Amino acid sequence: MSHILEVKDLSLHYLTRFGQKVSAVTDVSFTMKQGEILGIAGESGCGKSTLVNGLMGLFIPPLYPTGGDVLVSGESLMNRTPQDIRKNILSQKVSMIPQGAFNALNPTRKIKDIAADVMAAHSASQGKNISKHDIYKRLKDRFDLFGMETEHILNSFPIQLTAGERQRSVIGISTLLNPKVVIADEPTSALDVTTQKVVIKMIFDLLEKNIFSTMIFITHELPLLRHVAHNIAIMYAGEFVEYGTAVQVVHDPRHPYTKALMGAMLSADSEQKNRKPTTIEGAPPSLAKKIEGCRFADRCPSARPECKKNTQNLKTVGGRLVRCDYAE
Amino acid sequence: MSDIIFSAQNISKFFTQGKKTVRAVDDVSFDIADGEIVSIVGGSGCGKSVLAKIMLGLYHQDKGVFLYKGKPITNTREHWNEVQSVFQDPFGCFNQFFSIRAQLKDAFGILKNKPSKQEIEQRVDEALLAVNVKPSDIEGKYPFELSGGQMQRMLLARIFALKPKVLIADEPTSMVDACVRANILDYLMKLKVDLGMTIVFVTHDIGLAYYVSDRIFIMHEAKVVDQGKPEDVTQHPKSQQTVRLLEDIPDINREWIKK
Repeated sequence: MSHILEVKDLSLHYLTRFGQKVSAVTDVSFTMKQGEILGIAGESGCGKSTLVNGLMGLFIPPLYPTGGDVLVSGESLMNRTPQDIRKNILSQKVSMIPQGAFNALNPTRKIKDIAADVMAAHSASQGKNISKHDIYKRLKDRFDLFGMETEHILNSFPIQLTAGERQRSVIGISTLLNPKVVIADEPTSALDVTTQKVVIKMIFDLLEKNIFSTMIFITHELPLLRHVAHNIAIMYAGEFVEYGTAVQVVHDPRHPYTKALMGAMLSADSEQKNRKPTTIEGAPPSLAKKIEGCRFADRCPSARPECKKNTQNLKTVGGRLVRCDYAE
Repeated sequence: MSDIIFSAQNISKFFTQGKKTVRAVDDVSFDIADGEIVSIVGGSGCGKSVLAKIMLGLYHQDKGVFLYKGKPITNTREHWNEVQSVFQDPFGCFNQFFSIRAQLKDAFGILKNKPSKQEIEQRVDEALLAVNVKPSDIEGKYPFELSGGQMQRMLLARIFALKPKVLIADEPTSMVDACVRANILDYLMKLKVDLGMTIVFVTHDIGLAYYVSDRIFIMHEAKVVDQGKPEDVTQHPKSQQTVRLLEDIPDINREWIKK
């Protein structure tokens, strides 16, 4: 079985202006089959968005690859210039749905012009020339699939749309060229629950219509991932600390950090008032220095003295991978 | 009977754009008592932020009567001595070109009786400790050097430093992850317990509102469609909108969306 996306020991670092090396992502490995949805969760600053850039092969200083490899259907994305990546990989093979839809759209242009740019630029790079009329027609056909008011959306400026419409337009534009892998970086975290559901429905709709089939969904809302993803990876301080199926990770977390994340969830059921959400004191370790032992040891409620010395490796516990020697 | 902090009688707020008039708040009445935590819950565009801004004196209602401690808000500068806010985007609330500490100290400029320099330094230090940040950690730091969660805490530190009577928190946790959210909510509860603050919490997350508040208002299309104790609102919802808000939470224990 060939994998559509293969990530092997990917490590990424930032170089600060003082020459300091900050290892934002360390030894991330996973593979994805066609049709799989992988959810990645973790707190802010844990390296989720850096990983996204790495998965696109887009290394713009101060971000540099430390090592490892990313293969999209066998093709390596490493050691390529940003220009090459933009021309040949983005939108066609790997596409990203950015977080802030409002910031991702040019406020001075209509949605149709922004979308047409994507199409025109990519067909030009392949030596094809399509007329504006054809582009608009194809755009209309594609946006019709979303079940939105196509004419209204395409002919509006970003500011005239609601947050949900904006986010859906961005998804529409990102998936215009039927990418193999779609990376959604917190596509719904700025939306209210009702709009969030509409956007997720649209993503499922696109999956069903085979616009794209493989997706990485990044968020910090674990309950949402339970409904969206097949597999979930939990990231902490640049490492995967737990990797398993959605049911395993959400309903039966094994790593202390995942347990804490699940404990911090709030719901509207009647027991919530008596159940205090867990907070984890302190902050994640600085990644500028080399870290001895477990990265979560300082904040872990069940840390032992040896945790700070022994480097933790991923091991199989209860059918999924956990980076904790004492996980049961 | 405790004192009434905010009292709204049939207030409305319209926005006119060309020939179109949008009702942002439509005929809303409520009272908020001293020391209460009230949550205003609703989807985007329901008018909850406009209502928050009316409470802050940033907007003036077009119809109806809105009173703060029995008087209409006339002088906003004076109003802000007692009523302060935390907004959604902490990066938008700090000037990127000044250090954080300088801006925390600057915040005292709003007070009528500005404390002495020494006292300001001391109160900033205390406020930072209250939100679990060592003052030495942010020494000489600028907003872009901190993470979203840390910045959100800086906003709260400002509230701890100024010690207002009323806090309007407009989606203070929508940009942060679950653990930081629980942390920030803890600080908000601490504000209530330590300083006896009245808090108006604007959010779209009914689960969160349920956890923190004494009373919940559900807003939909510019109207308050449901209100009451959190238990009553969530267990015996009176309006369609409340039911919808409850249903749309991605709860792990029930079917949420059909694949």
